[in-house]
Amino acid sequence: MIRAKNIYKSFGDTEVLKDISIDFEAGKTNLIIGRSGAGKTVLLKIIAGLLDPTKGEVWYDNVNFLELTKRQIREVRMDVGMLFQGSALFDFMTVEENVRFPLDMFTNLTKKEKLNRVNNCLERVNLAGNNEKYPSELSGGMQKRVGIARSIVLNPKYLFCDEPNSGLDPKTSILIDNLIRSITVENNITTVINTHDMNSVMEVGDSINLLFMGELAWKGNKDEVLTSDNQILQEFIFASPFLQRLRDSALQA
Amino acid sequence: MYWKETVRQMHDIGVGSLIIVILISVFIGAVAAVQFAYQLDGTLVPTYYIGYVVRDMTIIELAPTITCLVLAGKVGSNMAAEIGGMRQKEHIDAMEVMGVNTAAYLILPKVIAALVVIPMLVAIAAFLSIMGGYVASVPAGWITSAEYIQGLRSFFVPYNVFMMFVKAFTFAYILTTVSCYQGYYVKGGAIELGKASTNAVVISDILILLADYLIAILLTG
Repeated sequence: MIRAKNIYKSFGDTEVLKDISIDFEAGKTNLIIGRSGAGKTVLLKIIAGLLDPTKGEVWYDNVNFLELTKRQIREVRMDVGMLFQGSALFDFMTVEENVRFPLDMFTNLTKKEKLNRVNNCLERVNLAGNNEKYPSELSGGMQKRVGIARSIVLNPKYLFCDEPNSGLDPKTSILIDNLIRSITVENNITTVINTHDMNSVMEVGDSINLLFMGELAWKGNKDEVLTSDNQILQEFIFASPFLQRLRDSALQA
Repeated sequence: MYWKETVRQMHDIGVGSLIIVILISVFIGAVAAVQFAYQLDGTLVPTYYIGYVVRDMTIIELAPTITCLVLAGKVGSNMAAEIGGMRQKEHIDAMEVMGVNTAAYLILPKVIAALVVIPMLVAIAAFLSIMGGYVASVPAGWITSAEYIQGLRSFFVPYNVFMMFVKAFTFAYILTTVSCYQGYYVKGGAIELGKASTNAVVISDILILLADYLIAILLTG
């Protein structure tokens, strides 16, 4: 479990996050949603330890992340996997080398053991046999899946995904969402997903946190989205007239 | 992993820069020989001094300084762009999240590789400059082969070679650290990356010239 407690973040005079407190539970896909500029990426980066908050605490289970020494932070980070918006695959490495990178850095496994682990992860994301390809030879969806394989190769306890569906078609988006969800449930990972993809919200939103202008505007799950009377949530989720009609007909049914 | 990266950097810096270093050093030696021969014309200074002057000029000054100024442009800008590109494409963030000490993984191998390879390039440059001087002055009839070799063997001070390597190490350290710093802390987009790359070259060049002056004062004073 990850707990963000009273998080504030400012860049100069601009206050980006104001008093955010959220519990991200293990074994669930925890979503941070909101409009562009709401502070989603900043919050995710703070939770992942890539940015320091102006004020507040981040707890990984029983450990206050912000009070750790650099060495302790590195130890905690070995339990962390992260999928980036642009996949962040190292383009000078093959798929196999990308996925193997954390194993090379942090384990003393033999070459064969590493290869087995890499192949297992690639099979898990349906990319078996693509070991020798370079990221530039893969589609956006495949790159995302390699990113997922790399982020789970060390069996992380915490998984962060920044806009995992950006730039993907709806079908591939669902594939990625379901993959992340099944990995989360199978391995009891604390997964935090930053998204503004409505399919993700309705498909895998075990716990949904809506940010609006740097504040937590709503908390709930995918089943509560339809019936919530939170104006900000309704305007955000059902932004188009088409979606509003769908919601109304769903509620009538 | 660090060792593999260091070897990759050594290859990139060493083999990747060999052609430009060969070209520049041969021509520097050739020009130095021709111009000194021109200045000697009609004087009482013995012509074998051409070999002596080309040797000392390249060992003490031209080989380390010109080579490193050129490498700051080639290798330095490349390093700044490479690391800056990794920063922009979130590669560095990805490594940080994994727990990788990115400064150690990305910068240290480059610095170590440069400290090993650049002095070698400078030594090659010094040798080729002297050869360039020979090729330019002997076949052209400014001086005989025996005179050039006599010049090379006259008044040799081994301490000058030490000074060349001190400069090579110092300049290698300057050009890699400045370039990596510019790339590592780049912010923004393509324009900022271009600026970082340019800054890497300009700042490295200025610091190399400043260090050259300080080393000259310290080691010859």
